Amino acid sequence: MLQFESWKKLLVLFVVALGIVYALPNLLPSGEEGDSGLLPGQKINLGLDLQGGSHLLMLVDMEVVETERLNSLGETIRQEFRTEKIRFSDLKVENRSVSVSVRKADDVGAAEQIFDELGRGLITTNDSQSYQISLDEAGLIELRNQTVEQSMEIIRRRIDPDGTKEPIIQRQGKDRVLVQLPGVDDPETIKRLLGRTAKLTFQLVDTSLTGAEAITSGRVPPGRVLLPGDDENSQSYVVEKRVMVSGEMLDGATASFDQNNRPSVSFTLNSTGAKKFGRVTGSNIGRPFAIVLDGKVVSAPTIQSQIFGSGQITGQFSVAETNELALILRAGALPAPLIVLEERSVGPGLGADSVVAGKIAAAVGLVLVIFYMLLSYGLFGALADVALMVNIILILAALSALQATLTLPGIAGIVLTMGMAVDANVLVFERIREELRRGRSVMAAIDGGYQRAISTIVDSNLTTLFAALFLYLFGSGPIKGFAVTLAIGILTSLFTAVMVTRLLIVIWLERKRPRTLEL
Amino acid sequence: MMRLKLVPSDTSIDFMKLHPAALVFSALLVLASIGIFLVSGLNLGIDFKGGILIEARSNAGPANVSGLRGGLEQLDLGDINLQEFGTETDILIRVQRQEGDEKAQIAAIQAITQSLGSDYEVRRTEFVGPTVGAELAEKGMLAVGCALLAIMLYIWFRFEWQFSIAAILALSHDVVSTIGLFSLTSFEFNLATVAAILTIAGYSINDTVVVFDRVRENLRRYKSYEQRDILNKSLNETLSRTVMTSVTTLLALLAIVIFGGAVLRDFALAMMWGVIIGTYSSVFVAVGMLAKFDLKRTEEDEEDGAVGDQGSTS
Repeated sequence: MLQFESWKKLLVLFVVALGIVYALPNLLPSGEEGDSGLLPGQKINLGLDLQGGSHLLMLVDMEVVETERLNSLGETIRQEFRTEKIRFSDLKVENRSVSVSVRKADDVGAAEQIFDELGRGLITTNDSQSYQISLDEAGLIELRNQTVEQSMEIIRRRIDPDGTKEPIIQRQGKDRVLVQLPGVDDPETIKRLLGRTAKLTFQLVDTSLTGAEAITSGRVPPGRVLLPGDDENSQSYVVEKRVMVSGEMLDGATASFDQNNRPSVSFTLNSTGAKKFGRVTGSNIGRPFAIVLDGKVVSAPTIQSQIFGSGQITGQFSVAETNELALILRAGALPAPLIVLEERSVGPGLGADSVVAGKIAAAVGLVLVIFYMLLSYGLFGALADVALMVNIILILAALSALQATLTLPGIAGIVLTMGMAVDANVLVFERIREELRRGRSVMAAIDGGYQRAISTIVDSNLTTLFAALFLYLFGSGPIKGFAVTLAIGILTSLFTAVMVTRLLIVIWLERKRPRTLEL
Repeated sequence: MMRLKLVPSDTSIDFMKLHPAALVFSALLVLASIGIFLVSGLNLGIDFKGGILIEARSNAGPANVSGLRGGLEQLDLGDINLQEFGTETDILIRVQRQEGDEKAQIAAIQAITQSLGSDYEVRRTEFVGPTVGAELAEKGMLAVGCALLAIMLYIWFRFEWQFSIAAILALSHDVVSTIGLFSLTSFEFNLATVAAILTIAGYSINDTVVVFDRVRENLRRYKSYEQRDILNKSLNETLSRTVMTSVTTLLALLAIVIFGGAVLRDFALAMMWGVIIGTYSSVFVAVGMLAKFDLKRTEEDEEDGAVGDQGSTS
């Protein structure tokens, strides 16, 4: 165990040098990393709990999307039946399917033809002349994939419109999206930005009856729908189901003020939208139209003249709200509502405090362990201390090189590793002591100490590595970070204890050729 | 040169004489832990039962806990728990899971932050919905279960089955008594606690393996000795290392408890407890259980034995 070929010495030196090079960027003041061009590595990636930021796990509400899809299928069926003059009854959407009864047996063939041509991903069942059309497994999966992917794109555009904030937006499982956004001062903003789907439509108002009348009578004329106002006190409206212009036709939106200096959102339409809007407004001058956002009437201005490419939305908004609304409208509507399942947000102040506390704890822990080893083993303790410092450099280097995320529990993991890292050295030193007590020579004792201790060292470290592995597999967020630092710490401490300390001892033996050893 | 030695070089403590008492003590400890757990249960954090946690710092001197409580109770959010956190300006607000869906929870967070007003800076917001809470609990149990199983298999692979059983009993003893401690003290049991328990398991098994390695080595080396004497000898030989490593680890953890900030304090305290109980269980429970078996001393598995044995011909 005491033969150290030169290539092994070089290897140890090389690894240590590499460690120093990769760990160095972390000592630079912030903002200078990457500028020097000399150092290969990057700084350690701090977790959201250390740099501040928001972690949101959201569920894409597929129920709503499925219902919408079925509603539009229902409308298609209604129109097709009308054109084909098929008489039907009980057309409705319920229990995740569209159901309809064909009146006359003669029409069954034509009706089934229409069902067949509705598209892929559907399954039609029937009980004599009543039919049920629902999405099949493949159809559901396709709809879900589309919805989730689209949602992720819209989320990115909403929370990071300039592409500078480096958010992490990941799909998790079937219908979940994880959003991690570093450095947020007010996590409520993100939730507000993602809290509405922002489906914008312009629909003509039916002036033949007021919303209040429709509520009291409980009846809405066919092709019309009753929509509530923006807040609880405002009136509701009966509007045409037909949509004049929808949010997809928006070209841009900015916060502005109307002629009465009230905060509003100015928008411009693309060419399709402008053409359509111009046609409808031209033939409906004097009638009010409803600006509908997420199923609520924001306002219902009267059409004064033909409107083409642009307009203004004024409602009960504050300036901040118009800014957010403009941003959301620019980003586009979410295909489905997002439900926050889990949130973890840390303010920048707490993150910075945690980093400071972690650094102090690590420094104090290091000093305590160094002194204790020195007091217990003298010179060999000092050698082990050198190895311990190399160990810490290597941990920092590995974290930087792998760009693993350092979390607050991860700092605890590093401090804990310092305590456990010296264990391998302790095992060897205790063995050497035993060998010396048995009257062995210095060389033989050290050689025997290493030979005997090594299998114990490997066994004991492997079992701890198992614990770290399962923490990584089943843990989330900060706990994963803890597992990573623990695992890295185990591997580096194995290396430093077995290679670095041993090399130092071998060099000492070669230089001094001691006859006695006090340990 | 002076050396600090917490354990003298040549101890000859008769551990085997202490084992029966220790096993009774441990059995009582485990039973008491299970009892406390069944009676008072764990103080589950929001990670597992869902709910809202908000950490806030007062901008103007010490936080006014009773004033805040009054304001928050008017929000009618059910169980609200306020406590100082680390310093007297910092405060931790825990609110039970709200009736209704996830939207109700988000609304509650907004209501709380508004109620705190400008006198307080919100430093941390955590919200876990019921779905995720249940999943996290499931994953946590799975992690502990799988880790225990993997460790057992590894020990079985490296040692004889008797060692494996003794090790897993010692390990379970540590895990159960840690859970008992959390039930007794009503410390919050959260994801970090699960991490602490797994680390405790790793540390404890590490300790046990070191002792077992020595037992195996001595079983082969001293064929004429009584099994009892071999166990005693092995424990005495490793005692100095056991204490040394425990003390260094405890020193490092102590640094976290004192300087690491309020978030890490409970985590580090749980681990300090784990180091102590893990060290105890390696010496008393693991070896105590091992003594109940008639250990094999043949050399049939010599080739996969420890590397160190090759040098031990003298």
